[in-house]
Amino acid sequence: MEQTAYNFKEVMSKPERLAPGHRMCAGCGGTITVRNVLRALKEEDKAVIGNATGCLEVSSFMYPYTAYEDSYIHNAFENAGATLSGVETAYNVLKKKGKIKDTYKFITFGGDGGTYDIGFQSLSGAMERGHDLVYVCYDNGAYMNTGTQRSSATPQYADTTTTPAGTVSAGKVQVRKDLAAIIAEHHVPYVGQTTFTSNFKDLYTKAQKAIYTPGAAFLNVMSPCPRGWGYEPSEIMTICKLATDTCYWPMFEVIDGKWILSYEPKKKLPIEDFLKPQRRFKHLFKKENEELIGKFQEEVDKLWEELKNRCN
Amino acid sequence: MAIRERLSGNEAVAYAIKQINPDVMPAFPITPSTEIPQYVATYIANGEIDTEFIHVESEHSAMSATIGASAAGARALTATSSCGMALMWEELYVAASDRLPIVLALVNRALSGPININADHSDSMGARDSGWIQIYAESNQEVYDNFIQAFPIAENANVHLPVMVCQDGFITSHGVENILLVEDEKVKAFVGEYEPEHYLLNPNEKMAVGPYAVSNYYMETKRAQREAMIAAKQVILDVAKKFEEMTGRKYAFFEEYRMEDAEYAVVIIGSAAGTCKAAIEHIRNTTGKKVGLVKIRVFRPFPEEEIAKALSKVKAIAIMDRSEMFSATGGPLGAEVRAALYQAKCNAEVVNYLYGLGGRDITTDDFETVYANLEKMAQTHEPIGMYEYIGLRTEQAKEAE
Amino acid sequence: MEKIQDRINEQSPWQHITEGNKIFEAATSKDFCTGEWRTSTPVFESEKCKQCLLCIAVCPDSSIPVSAGKRTDFDYDHCKGCGICAKVCPFGAISMREGK
Repeated sequence: MEQTAYNFKEVMSKPERLAPGHRMCAGCGGTITVRNVLRALKEEDKAVIGNATGCLEVSSFMYPYTAYEDSYIHNAFENAGATLSGVETAYNVLKKKGKIKDTYKFITFGGDGGTYDIGFQSLSGAMERGHDLVYVCYDNGAYMNTGTQRSSATPQYADTTTTPAGTVSAGKVQVRKDLAAIIAEHHVPYVGQTTFTSNFKDLYTKAQKAIYTPGAAFLNVMSPCPRGWGYEPSEIMTICKLATDTCYWPMFEVIDGKWILSYEPKKKLPIEDFLKPQRRFKHLFKKENEELIGKFQEEVDKLWEELKNRCN
Repeated sequence: MAIRERLSGNEAVAYAIKQINPDVMPAFPITPSTEIPQYVATYIANGEIDTEFIHVESEHSAMSATIGASAAGARALTATSSCGMALMWEELYVAASDRLPIVLALVNRALSGPININADHSDSMGARDSGWIQIYAESNQEVYDNFIQAFPIAENANVHLPVMVCQDGFITSHGVENILLVEDEKVKAFVGEYEPEHYLLNPNEKMAVGPYAVSNYYMETKRAQREAMIAAKQVILDVAKKFEEMTGRKYAFFEEYRMEDAEYAVVIIGSAAGTCKAAIEHIRNTTGKKVGLVKIRVFRPFPEEEIAKALSKVKAIAIMDRSEMFSATGGPLGAEVRAALYQAKCNAEVVNYLYGLGGRDITTDDFETVYANLEKMAQTHEPIGMYEYIGLRTEQAKEAE
Repeated sequence: MEKIQDRINEQSPWQHITEGNKIFEAATSKDFCTGEWRTSTPVFESEKCKQCLLCIAVCPDSSIPVSAGKRTDFDYDHCKGCGICAKVCPFGAISMREGK
């Protein structure tokens, strides 16, 4: 796989592949993900972009306005993996028959609802069959398009519209599904988990590897949602920094089954620092819920240790 | 020279696929259509075709991947039955709305529950509003012939709609019959090379498919879709004419069997038409009564005026449904044919029969009873009922024994 | 250049709807002005800018054009005024002003 040294200014000077004029909310993390993943495409390569139904789809291809500089297909909520499998297979046949000369890459985006939950089977099938495509989950931890309902990617204790914090409820009961690990167990050549860092090197290089590693690849990108999480939209980079520095959102990759930790904070911050600025965790800071933060911390610590062991 | 063979309906479809050599086939096993992807996989394994098979993990993904492949610019198809089709329900609508010329080899089987693997039309009849062209067959020969005509219909620039080629599970799909196959090169010339105008992988044009369309666009979109279905009628006839020129075998929206002087007519879809024809011959030979049959081949688009015209001279009509629709008043074919007759101000007596659910047999004796009932209705002008069953066990029938 | 809404819009008769709602060109969203949504507006002070381009990556709306390796003024037709760029700028070259 080709990979050149990361030159931030060069990367930022590449042409945009997600056009402005889409209807995502101000401050949306989802489109930051899309822009920076697509930036990893070589300029000369063509692409077909797939999309599961979700915020991104209804906002980025609202008839007759497509926000994509490349060809684009949305089919339904639960089948982005299968749909792009069909596109990629068509490419292989048409290429073999000499009907297509250009190089095309295949990248599909799905929110966590369309990826962890309803699209899980279709994603699993696409990964297992090993199509040469990338499935990118822009993980904002709930069904944001329909108004912040709980998904299996929602963190424990989060206050969502279907797991509201109430007098006898402290939000979501269960812990998050570890989707990146599950996809890694499909023995695909590349899995990466990342989010936004100040120079976007981690996201860019992982996107590059995912796109240009032959075979099926999966990227899980934490993409904060200011409305669903309840933080000031301009604060997105601080939220991401706190997510990685508390080890709530570890960044790692799995290359041909080998686990590699991408980032270890010099000083691991307490989980409160990540929870505090977000309205969805506000109830945890009530006197009666204090012990829950301790439990949250224990879960983060456990998963972090497990990950470090895997990466050794 | 046509090739004489003995094939099952599934083999015939698979053979047609081999001759057409399509680009992409995603498929998932389900009885009784499983053999079709099996045969295709074997052709691929032996290097006999260029088709890429996608081993999808469900029928929902089968249709999803077929849509992806077709939108990308490939000639794409799949095969399924019953619950498999029910699982791809959502995607049937998307395929039609996206105006993709996909072909689905459907082997009709009863829907669950209870689970049952035998023929009825509940799967395709349930999907009658999905925007697909539906073509049905009586025999293996017809399935094969319909399948060869499917892509030229679907891919016609005035149509661009998906086509469902239907045959009855086990009865047609697994029954081996004599069949005349068209030579490979003739099939290839008939179907032609697929050259889409707009597609995702077009190097000269970017394309976006599958938008969110607000209410100010949705209704106009559906109207445009209907226009394609209207246009499909002429295209279906044109393709049939071309096919007749190649093979001598004639196809239309429906087959009129002994209808030239018929007073009593049955309207039916699928393999049971063969049984009905045998009954007609027997009745005509033994009693001279003028009985006939209208066997629907094309159910979508629905040839409303043409059917009413074909039935305009008869005294009584039995419309035979092989699926329930639980309106509690009749089956889907019954409802649509009745509407056509009403519109044409037809005065014939009409009864709607339900038969053959979950593979229940229908015999020539049953059809003789149907024709006898039609005669009675015509004489008394009293319907024997709006909605009657054939072959249903009832307490009343048991007591009458 | 003619905008997509000049050809297809919410008053178009059904005959003008593209087949299968497909769009046969790229990036037509540029013709839709999301700048209308803004309640606060970033102001680019070019003299303070060191062209580090940190603001480029974080813009959710592709509204900071880059030309020959340098950022230019905001694309106010599309910028929604989220303020992320102002927060990440290390040189105070972007300030937020109330209103459009």
